[in-house]
Amino acid sequence: MKTCLLVDDSRVIRKVARRILEDLGFEIAEASDGLEALAWCRAAMPDAILLDWNMPVMNGLDFLRQLRTEPGGDTPAVIFCTVESEPDRIREALDAGAAEYIMKPFDGDIIAAKFAEVGLVMDRAA
Amino acid sequence: MTADDIQLLVALCKARAGLRVDPAKTYLMESRLGPLARREGYNSIDDLIAGLKVRREDALIWSVVESMTLNETAFFRDRTPFDQVRDDILPTLSRLRGNEPIRIWSAGCSTGQEAYSLAMIAEEAKDLETGTRVEIYGSDVAERCLEKAQSGLYTQFEVQRGLPIRLLVKHFEKIEDSWRLSPRIRQRVRWRRINLAADLSAVGRFDIIFCRYVLSALEEGIRRRVLEGLAAALPADGFLVLGKGETAEGITDAFRPVSGRPGLFARDPAYRVAA
Repeated sequence: MKTCLLVDDSRVIRKVARRILEDLGFEIAEASDGLEALAWCRAAMPDAILLDWNMPVMNGLDFLRQLRTEPGGDTPAVIFCTVESEPDRIREALDAGAAEYIMKPFDGDIIAAKFAEVGLVMDRAA
Repeated sequence: MTADDIQLLVALCKARAGLRVDPAKTYLMESRLGPLARREGYNSIDDLIAGLKVRREDALIWSVVESMTLNETAFFRDRTPFDQVRDDILPTLSRLRGNEPIRIWSAGCSTGQEAYSLAMIAEEAKDLETGTRVEIYGSDVAERCLEKAQSGLYTQFEVQRGLPIRLLVKHFEKIEDSWRLSPRIRQRVRWRRINLAADLSAVGRFDIIFCRYVLSALEEGIRRRVLEGLAAALPADGFLVLGKGETAEGITDAFRPVSGRPGLFARDPAYRVAA
């Protein structure tokens, strides 16, 4: 079973995303900021990370940059999931190594489509 | 809506555009006709239908019929057909056509995402001969869909269904809460109102025709004529692309499926287009 780490300071968002990703067949771990997420990754590197940008303690972009310097840290597919929607911010995230990018608000279709885009789930049915 | 009104609506959709409308789906009719009634200045759907009966005006009849079309679409819907066009079909046709343009038709394009996906693919395709030109055409029976397609303006929700983020930042500009395609991609697509249920003999020739999730919305009796109209527009080495689960088999012998490529159909060499 593939694993996905959900990183978001909102419990509500984590709950919604967890339900969608469990339906897509992922085993889920949760973190509420970048530092907590790093601790998870050092213990067990997930296959995918759904990552908020604006969080206390350590934000998503700083987390991603740090992650890519960690041993094995270049393997997880990182998908941002944030209210940030300016093209320049999106480019910044892609340059830092994000594979895909979701602008909130999202729904199950968008998550499934983006995870299919990075090859982590089968393409959704028509 | 009365049973008579529903029958009138079903009959108009069938007669004008070959559209199959399920008379049991009154909620669908009401959700489409309500906004149309307001736009046309009627107080209610009942008034709109009463007006339709009195005026029998062509423009109004078409507005009603067009409002009942299915608009469901997405950028790179199902992905595979687009990969096939980019990696196989375009490079092959590019060698065969030389300086002749390769023409692709998105038939029943709704709000344009399929045609624009093809335009982005054409930009990305590698291994094309120098001098290869790819022309993309989008058609739909619904004017309102074509207007939106032509605007190239999509909501944040629409650009997140099927469109890779790299293509979003490469080809779109953010305007308030919407996203607009670059003039470069918009200019690659030409739009035309085409009623697939009407005579298709004058549409011209196309090398690749995408006609996905359209047949299933049409009356069974008309599917054969539509498919044979599309066959007549394809050269012998052209391709028809249908939606997942859709087929030409059992409807017409104009096409044969391409093995190992679900949804992809080639003209059957034994089939002769009627003169």
